[in-house]
Amino acid sequence: MSKILVVAEVSAGKLKKTTHSAISFARLAGMPFDVLVVGHGVGAAAEELRAYGAGSVKVADDARFANYVGEVFAPTVSEAAKGYSVVVVTASSFGKDLAPRVAARLGAGFASDIAGVEASGGALTYKRPMYAGNAIATMQVTTATQVVSARQSEFEAAAPSGGASSIEKVAAVDAPLAGRVEFVSFDEVKSARPELAEAKVVVSGGRSLKSAEGFKTVLEPLVDVLGAAMGASRAAVDAGYVPNDLQVGQTGKVVAPKLYIAVGISGAIQHIAGMKNSKVIVAINKDPEAPIFQLADYGLVADLYKAVPELTDAVKKIRAEG
Amino acid sequence: MKILVPLKRTADPDNANKIKIGAGGAKIETTGLEPKANPFDEYAVEASLRLIENGQTKARNAGDKLTVVSFGPKEAATNIRQALAMGGDDGLLFLSDDESLDGDLVARALAKVVEQQKPDLVVLGKQAVDGDSNQVGQILAELLQWPSATFAMSMELSADKKTVIVGREVDGGVIKLKLTLPAVISVDLRIVAPKSVANHVTPATFAYPEGARFTPLPMIIKAKAKPIVEAPLASLGVDASLKSKYLSFALPPARKGGVKVKDVAELVQKLRTEAKVL
Ligand SMILES: Cc1cc2nc3c(=O)[nH]c(=O)nc-3n(C[C@H](O)[C@H](O)[C@H](O)COP(=O)(O)OP(=O)(O)OC[C@H]3O[C@@H](n4cnc5c(N)ncnc54)[C@H](O)[C@@H]3O)c2cc1C
Ligand SMILES: Cc1cc2nc3c(=O)[nH]c(=O)nc-3n(C[C@H](O)[C@H](O)[C@H](O)COP(=O)(O)OP(=O)(O)OC[C@H]3O[C@@H](n4cnc5c(N)ncnc54)[C@H](O)[C@@H]3O)c2cc1C
Repeated sequence: MSKILVVAEVSAGKLKKTTHSAISFARLAGMPFDVLVVGHGVGAAAEELRAYGAGSVKVADDARFANYVGEVFAPTVSEAAKGYSVVVVTASSFGKDLAPRVAARLGAGFASDIAGVEASGGALTYKRPMYAGNAIATMQVTTATQVVSARQSEFEAAAPSGGASSIEKVAAVDAPLAGRVEFVSFDEVKSARPELAEAKVVVSGGRSLKSAEGFKTVLEPLVDVLGAAMGASRAAVDAGYVPNDLQVGQTGKVVAPKLYIAVGISGAIQHIAGMKNSKVIVAINKDPEAPIFQLADYGLVADLYKAVPELTDAVKKIRAEG
Repeated sequence: MKILVPLKRTADPDNANKIKIGAGGAKIETTGLEPKANPFDEYAVEASLRLIENGQTKARNAGDKLTVVSFGPKEAATNIRQALAMGGDDGLLFLSDDESLDGDLVARALAKVVEQQKPDLVVLGKQAVDGDSNQVGQILAELLQWPSATFAMSMELSADKKTVIVGREVDGGVIKLKLTLPAVISVDLRIVAPKSVANHVTPATFAYPEGARFTPLPMIIKAKAKPIVEAPLASLGVDASLKSKYLSFALPPARKGGVKVKDVAELVQKLRTEAKVL
């Protein structure tokens, strides 16, 4: 019997929204599925997951899972995955780290960061972006068990479907490598703004913002009046203007919000790979030849230091009118 | 200390939008795109050199060694040679091509190379920018049963060279892991920031220039004499079967260019009435 195991992502015991994209993959693949939660103090997360139509919610709750360490998680996930034909996890930094490890332990083939799944004649076929999204491969995994990581921006978060899946306890499996890898710290960047991958509106800034101060005084007011998430180009991140995890692109986060506003970003291939599936793209750049204009729905050739405050004020006015 | 850096030859990533699909969807054509080393692997070479040298004097211990290995076409020797010009000591090239490889096979082949070379560390890119898979390091670590850290943005080697503390760039922040060598580390972009690698030899006050180092002419000439051993992939004795199958390739749906607006007022008006997103 073909069955899918969805691996949930939790952080400090709380269910992460990434999980809902993996559930959405399972529904699209059209096979029955179970969900596996590995963590510490994850009772509430498991409870929450009962409403999504899973056969069962399997829970490995153990102090050793308080922080994510691939070597510690992989043996338990792999053991729980036995008997399943597909193991899926969302391609967040958690999923990207974990999925190939599980594949290796199961001797399974791996389809990484897929953007689509099609079920035909009992076989699953995947779409995979390659070359920074400039080619889309159609591929299959040929082993009896397959491991998949699904791109969050391409699998809309699943909504609850009602019902109450059974809860099943799963024992933590010993990790032989645990003694040779030690969790030291998690230096968390706290932000009150929506997460990049989940936001309906994203406003990103580039090198042209010139400093952390530039992001704060020029870009942030626009971000906040729009209730948006903030993103950035690699150049802005490398320069230390904003934290690393705000990087949008081929090697950063891939986003597909309803509205993406690129401010002072040239539109390098690697950046475009992370935002070109946004519904509406706005570019503000003083260089009329900037490549970003080739894919922007609305391009404004202007000095950002003048245009962004103007736009912020205009949006404020609209919001005030209700 | 011995470090092994796997390096993949890829088509020029800055021009990836110029690739074509050939033979009715059966092939990706990269003709006209200059083949380059995967940038993350170049960063892996840079970071590895920073682990074994004194950044200030560029002096190195006689026993330290950096080997570069690639699975690819004959021409990949050029890309290995560039890494040797940066400071690598020798190269290994196992002849193959992208269609005959998958991440699993690359990892299994690397495990064999590790068996032969016995490095203390494998430092590799987090992803190849053509396949964009981000898998080889993780699979290799499991096969070897070595501790590992993906997405490294910092490394701090202990004075006794027995452990390394790796800062991992993850969603929401940075996780630090302490690995006992031998280990596998996959590197992210910020590993080539001026002070991202510490080794108790380079003075703490020393800052590298951002990015991978330039290779001056004398280094390029010196690299010509460094050995690169070429062999068929089969010589490693790995089962060459693949666990995935690529059926066809296509270009992504093109996004049609939009309009230029004359000012903020027009932009706002369009976003409200046309796009309906405000
Ligand atoms: C291996 C690798 C991976 C990479 N991954 C990523 C990635 O994931 N994401 C990413 O973003 N990049 C990535 N890059 C980097 C990418 O190639 C570009 O270098 C980067 O995106 C450029 O950032 P930028 O647009 O902010 O800067 P620039 O290219 O310097 O562009 C700045 C823009 O601002 C405009 N400007 C300047 N002043 C003003 C003003 N006052 N008003 C309006 N406009 C102004 C300029 O006209 C210009 O177009 C990667 C590169 C490599 C090698
Ligand atoms: C044009 C094209 C066609 C392809 N066709 C097929 C196909 O028909 N069937 C199939 O199964 N797969 C195919 N692939 C996938 C591809 O061959 C493998 O996935 C790939 O060789 C392994 O690299 P990766 O992209 O998965 O590596 P990643 O996991 O993204 O790379 C991580 C790191 O691993 C190391 N690494 C990866 N590959 C090599 C290498 N060759 N030599 C040295 N180090 C390496 C590098 O250090 C790299 O930074 C194709 C890829 C391309 C680009």
